[in-house]
Amino acid sequence: MLNIIWPIFIIISYIYAIFSGRLENVNNAIFEYTKTAVELTITLLGTMCLWNGLMEIASNTKLINRINKILSPLVNFLFPENKNNKKIHEEISMNIVANMLGLGNAATPLGLKAMKSMQDNNKNKERLTDDMATFIILNTASIQIIPTTVISIRMSLGSLQPTKIIFAVWFSTICAAIVGLAITKICIKLKL
Amino acid sequence: MKFLNYISIFAVPTAILIILLYGIFERKNVFDIFLKGANDGIKMVIKIFPTLVGLFLAIGALSSSGILDFIINLIKLVLNFAKIPAEIMPLAILRPISGSGSIAVATDLMKKFGVDSLIGLMVGTIMGSTETTLYTIAVYTSSVNIKKIRFILFAALAADLTGMIVSVAIWRILLRIF
Repeated sequence: MLNIIWPIFIIISYIYAIFSGRLENVNNAIFEYTKTAVELTITLLGTMCLWNGLMEIASNTKLINRINKILSPLVNFLFPENKNNKKIHEEISMNIVANMLGLGNAATPLGLKAMKSMQDNNKNKERLTDDMATFIILNTASIQIIPTTVISIRMSLGSLQPTKIIFAVWFSTICAAIVGLAITKICIKLKL
Repeated sequence: MKFLNYISIFAVPTAILIILLYGIFERKNVFDIFLKGANDGIKMVIKIFPTLVGLFLAIGALSSSGILDFIINLIKLVLNFAKIPAEIMPLAILRPISGSGSIAVATDLMKKFGVDSLIGLMVGTIMGSTETTLYTIAVYTSSVNIKKIRFILFAALAADLTGMIVSVAIWRILLRIF
């Protein structure tokens, strides 16, 4: 997909920039955004090492079995393909927990680990399996108990009640997640 | 409410503590295990890095050429239909594409209209209930070299749109009741 979208994005930007006389902005942006990618990667490097290391400890203890047991009805329902694969279920559970706790930095490394394990069992390496598709949708839904980032932005802007939005966030995330997962399940049934 | 603030501060350190305590109680060499995991972390980041450079090039081109504003005007028609206030439009469109970009726009909107105003609350709720969908999809698929992403872009964007419509509607309703 990116083989088509990626060049299109750049080509239309180029054409539009010429007609609107903004080629200089584009020229600057090319180097600026490359630098941003490096900065983001460096940040990611720290958090990925941290949470991967901590996860390695957790997965060597019984902590992970406990969490897994609590979440297993949900995980079994959402990811039927990998029903008998304990390792994948553990990794998915940890990703869900990290997401719920608002540990976005931890959720990504854990999620990528689960993706890798699912890919190992994937017969067609170029195509997402049903479970992988569901898993990505679950991660784009950003289900979290405490939306830490927004709360801290609200605090910094001097809100009288930074946590006022929590209930609304829960409700709207759940609606979004239900719609996303329902469409996913329907598309899987239709074998899209 | 103050209690919830404390929870968000305690979450990360406490999670780390629990993991460590479990490791110590089960007599594991926690630091050795940590290093092994951290090493795998480096490999994953290096694998994602080229994707990020590529994607950021495209995002940079889109936003600096001004075509993003042009597209925003087009999509406005759709969002108008969904009753999302015009002020929030740029955020609604940027949100799935760029994490740092949408945080900047959201902060700006909250400053301009007031954090606790109707728009400020809507913006906060949108930020809390949606994700940088395109980035998530790109990172998750490229880390395992997937080429065919099937229907997930459609499903994720539909979920995002739902989140935005609900975020806007819920504050309209809540502020009318209370």
